[in-house]
Amino acid sequence: MSAWTPSPRELERRALRQRLRLRSIAIATVASLAFFVAVGAALVTSPGWPTVRATFFSVEDAKASFPAIRDGFWLNVKLFLLAEPLILVVALGLALARQARAAWLTPLRVLAVAYIDFFRGVPTILLVLLLAFGMPALGLQGVPNGLFFWALMALVISYSAYVAEVFRAGIESIHPSQLASADALGLSRAQAMRFVIVPQAVRRVVPPLLNDFISLTKDTALVSSVALFDAVFSARDYTAYNFNFTPYVVVSLFFVVLTVPMARGTDHLQRRAMRRERAGAL
Amino acid sequence: MTGSAAERQAAGTPLLEVLDVRKSYGDRLVLDDVSLSVQPHDVICLIGSSGSGKSTLLRCLDLLEEIDDGVIRLDGREISDPLVDQREVRGRIGMVFQAYNLFPHLSVLDNCTLAPRRVHGLSRPEAEERARDLLATFGLVDHVDKHPDRLSGGQQQRVALVRALCTRPDLLLLDEITAALDPELVGEVLTIVRDLAERGTTMILATHEMSFAREVATSVCFLSEGRILEQGPPAEIFSEPREERTRQFLRRVLPPSG
Repeated sequence: MSAWTPSPRELERRALRQRLRLRSIAIATVASLAFFVAVGAALVTSPGWPTVRATFFSVEDAKASFPAIRDGFWLNVKLFLLAEPLILVVALGLALARQARAAWLTPLRVLAVAYIDFFRGVPTILLVLLLAFGMPALGLQGVPNGLFFWALMALVISYSAYVAEVFRAGIESIHPSQLASADALGLSRAQAMRFVIVPQAVRRVVPPLLNDFISLTKDTALVSSVALFDAVFSARDYTAYNFNFTPYVVVSLFFVVLTVPMARGTDHLQRRAMRRERAGAL
Repeated sequence: MTGSAAERQAAGTPLLEVLDVRKSYGDRLVLDDVSLSVQPHDVICLIGSSGSGKSTLLRCLDLLEEIDDGVIRLDGREISDPLVDQREVRGRIGMVFQAYNLFPHLSVLDNCTLAPRRVHGLSRPEAEERARDLLATFGLVDHVDKHPDRLSGGQQQRVALVRALCTRPDLLLLDEITAALDPELVGEVLTIVRDLAERGTTMILATHEMSFAREVATSVCFLSEGRILEQGPPAEIFSEPREERTRQFLRRVLPPSG
């Protein structure tokens, strides 16, 4: 292997490939620069730009509203971090209940179907209003009575119904031959699910799951409707006093900064898993 | 197809010419200075144990893998050149895979008309007529509107062959197309390949079916560790192989009587 030296033709080809690569990099750079400079220039020179900038992109207002928004955003993050694992657990449970085939589990299956049908149909904001304002009024014993707790529950209930269907789609996409080989090895139905089907299903549904979780990070903003001081509520508060909409832009950036790394991170995990599983496959 | 082939023969250029092709995956050398010349109407059989480089060679010829060195020429034009339009080359080469690789979401007919319509610009009626003719020739007339998963392995592989033939390729690459089939289904697929060979289709096939190779091949190549260890007419390779390793391999795969 070490004795091999590329032939002149191969070296020529490599040089050519290198040239082609450089050319496409150059084209990409020039095209991007030209495009963004043109769009930027068109925007900044348009007659309405100063007003737009003063209303949406005012540096002073951004600075002034930043601390309150940052503190409020921590509430969104907390909601998200607490809700996400709960949703995953509840949703997987629902999906499995829906897939259960044992006769004595029929009530569970019916319940799962009814739950998913109902809560996927109800607007999330209604659930937030209903639970966060309604439940504390009941004065239930043994559960927290705060707005935060019930807003969190509303998000978990609504999203677990969505995510359960994502899980179910994943489970159903696994080829029946996998279940057959698990059966043939003498695994019980539950074991087949636990060790064979669900691990494959989960990997397959990571992208749609991520989609739902990005959606969830944004829907944590719904709690601003029950006067919880999250980032959106803080921004609205500032806007109401100062008649400037920059804080909303600031909040948007907070959400984007949270979700973009999530998306890139999952892409990375996904690629790694694919490389491992498809190594050597045609 | 036959017209252009005749011109080629007159000109004396081989249809396909492989010169010192080398391919490695990381540290593993899969093809080591492989050279091969294919004249029109040749049927070249690649034999050798798994991992000897048969499939990789076919994939390199169809430009599905980038080679590390060497030259591949089709009709005298180098197709291993990075500037060559790979799709145009593949439009002239048909390939059939071991695992059929049919598109499960399309009916048999749509599998066969996809490339003729989208790549070769045939109208739907033209493409369908061509596909139906070929499907009928190969005994698949009852399955035209079914989806691939409803067919047996042998039927699926015949569909895959028809799909490759529908573009009227100048060269057909068959990658162990019977390896995934039950022994009783192998025959129906090989019959088709035999027909194609008799009609003068130029083919390169990687195969484990030795008796078939002996029967249809114009030339047999024995690959071992990424090299073509020996090449010759089937009578020579199977009866009096030069190389000891060829003999060992044939002893293992041929029935004792052969």
